[in-house]
Amino acid sequence: MPPNGQPGVWSGLVGQEPLVEALRPAVGAAQHWLDGRVDAAMTHAWLFTGPPGSGRSTAARSFAGALQCTDGGCGHCAACRQVSAGSHPDVTIVDTAGLTIGVDDVRELVLKAAMTPTVGRWSVILVQDADRLTDQAANAMLKSIEEPAARTLWLLCAPTSDDVMPTIRSRCRQVTLRTPPTRAVAAALESDGVAAALAAFAARASQGHIGRARALARDEQVRNRRREVLALPQRLRDPGDCVRAAHNVHETAKEESEAIAATLEQRELSAHADAWGTGTRGLRARGEPAALAELKRLHKSRRTRLVRDSVDRVLLDLLSAQRDVLRLQSDTHVELVNEEMRAELEGVSHRNRPVRTLRRIEALLGCREAMAANVAPLLALEQAFLRLARA
Amino acid sequence: MAARREILGKLVLVSGSAEFLVQRTVAEWQAELSDQVADADVTHAEAAALDAGALAELTSPSLFAASRGVVIGGIDNLPDDMHGPLVAYAGAPAPDVAMLVLHPGGMKGKALLDRLRGAGVHEIKVEAPKPWKMSAWIAAESRRLGVQIEPAAADLLHRAVGDDIRALAAAVEQLCSDHPGARVDVDLVNRYYEGRAEIKTFDIAERAVAGDAAGALELLRWALGQRVALPLLTAAFAITVRRLIKLAFAPGGLSGGDLAREVGCSPAQLTRLREQTRGWDASGLATALDAVAAADAAVKGGAADPGHAMEHMVLTVTGARVGKPGR
Repeated sequence: MPPNGQPGVWSGLVGQEPLVEALRPAVGAAQHWLDGRVDAAMTHAWLFTGPPGSGRSTAARSFAGALQCTDGGCGHCAACRQVSAGSHPDVTIVDTAGLTIGVDDVRELVLKAAMTPTVGRWSVILVQDADRLTDQAANAMLKSIEEPAARTLWLLCAPTSDDVMPTIRSRCRQVTLRTPPTRAVAAALESDGVAAALAAFAARASQGHIGRARALARDEQVRNRRREVLALPQRLRDPGDCVRAAHNVHETAKEESEAIAATLEQRELSAHADAWGTGTRGLRARGEPAALAELKRLHKSRRTRLVRDSVDRVLLDLLSAQRDVLRLQSDTHVELVNEEMRAELEGVSHRNRPVRTLRRIEALLGCREAMAANVAPLLALEQAFLRLARA
Repeated sequence: MAARREILGKLVLVSGSAEFLVQRTVAEWQAELSDQVADADVTHAEAAALDAGALAELTSPSLFAASRGVVIGGIDNLPDDMHGPLVAYAGAPAPDVAMLVLHPGGMKGKALLDRLRGAGVHEIKVEAPKPWKMSAWIAAESRRLGVQIEPAAADLLHRAVGDDIRALAAAVEQLCSDHPGARVDVDLVNRYYEGRAEIKTFDIAERAVAGDAAGALELLRWALGQRVALPLLTAAFAITVRRLIKLAFAPGGLSGGDLAREVGCSPAQLTRLREQTRGWDASGLATALDAVAAADAAVKGGAADPGHAMEHMVLTVTGARVGKPGR
């Protein structure tokens, strides 16, 4: 058995034992379906919800693997390995790097959903960010989700069930992942060879976001950046400080995303040139300019998303510190997210009253909302920092 | 191109990025060609697809016309192995062929440009005039069409129509064809463009931070009527207020260029900005920027009436000032 306690195809999940137990009967029931018996423990559309970083898409992928595997998810047969590598011919994984999944993408999926599986037992369509479906796209999906072909399964993932349209939600069976317990995350990191103290810190600081915990454990720069961010609120004395701090956070976010985006874009542009034979002499193929424009549009949308994601991580770190202060103000015997800053946070909690802490939390949450509403990230950050300073 | 000159047996280079002016140059050249040669046959080709065979074909006599014109576009994309043949042709053009090659400016294909210039090719440079030279360009444009325009009228026309030279050229042409030989003054331009003055979003923002609520609201009404994209307006407000904050709370000891860089403006703008910071305190500036952020959310789908959200923003910003209105 792997160190984190999940056997076979489920081994990628951290701290989700209850979920695995809940899904196991469905895997058995799926076998019954294939044998021609109706079994209510299985259904054809699933919605995986859970907080970011808890492993929604890993869970959905593991489930897909368990269903394709003749042994209920052994974790080492060809089917299991292909699914976990994302190369199984009958598991279509929709993974958007952009801001939305549009209706054209979904129409293609619906076509795929009408086909019988080629080598696998099921044809599985896994939408990793169902919350990014546009309304039009979600509507295009409805019919197929309600009554897919006999051997087709839809697996959707979203942070909460509110993030998908009610009409989609009502057609799915919902399974919820919990925020992985700090101990489980730390154990998973330790099994990867991270020292115990660092693993404990990363697990706490990530607040159950496994990807973030790994980044914190692995990369000293990420840890340093987090420390800088947490030191920010103490330095916001006048509006100038706030505007400069917002500028710095925004610039760093842009640099971070620039590094990621530039590599991806270069790769995709050269793949595009290869596919269309551009960059050489001769006529440009018909359809090439349109495809290029589409690719550029995707690039722009991905850059926007990368910047927002990066800013959001900063906000989450700032929020964790304010929550710690609030915890200290109400009960001093709890474990803090930022345990290593306990003395400092205690000082803040004594100097301020809870209502002030709450106002600060509101400022940060308001910033997340503003960014979700498409407010320019720099402006939203400035607003949040000015409110932090004035709270 | 007033002076009539030899056009056949010549290669002319047109360089510059102003697409409209390039097109116009090409059209004038073509007109001149057909003036000189009744049945000239003009062929257009793209440099990217040009090879030795195609160039030879283009420059050899046509079966149907005694003389011909050739326009080669985008020579920045000319394949490297064609540079030699084109430069060679430039040195010894065919006597009954008129050729025009177009280069969109920029560094790409610079080596070829230099070689062509070295071969003594006649070059016409077409660049869009800089914004501060636009009035002069308008005046020159009208003179070309035989009409005098007063400097103030040229300024007004520029402000009304904007920086798009295509639109400006059309506007000048209309004025000149309606009033041939006249002297265009401010009144005449006003008669055409009254109320169409393009509202510059920064004007509204600057009036608002100067405390001129009435002026800002008046301009805002115009902007709303013109259907100016509102996110541009909130962005202009954000930049304006942000600069004030950065200047008012700049780290000590900065001055001149360093200060301008910190604030994000040109050194020349600093004096004006400093004047604007009068009448503002920390709390007022924070209130103003907060209102701008709220308005940005409102125009991006958060509000039922974005126009009202804009007015609210303008009034909150002007109301956040502590000093007496400036100006």
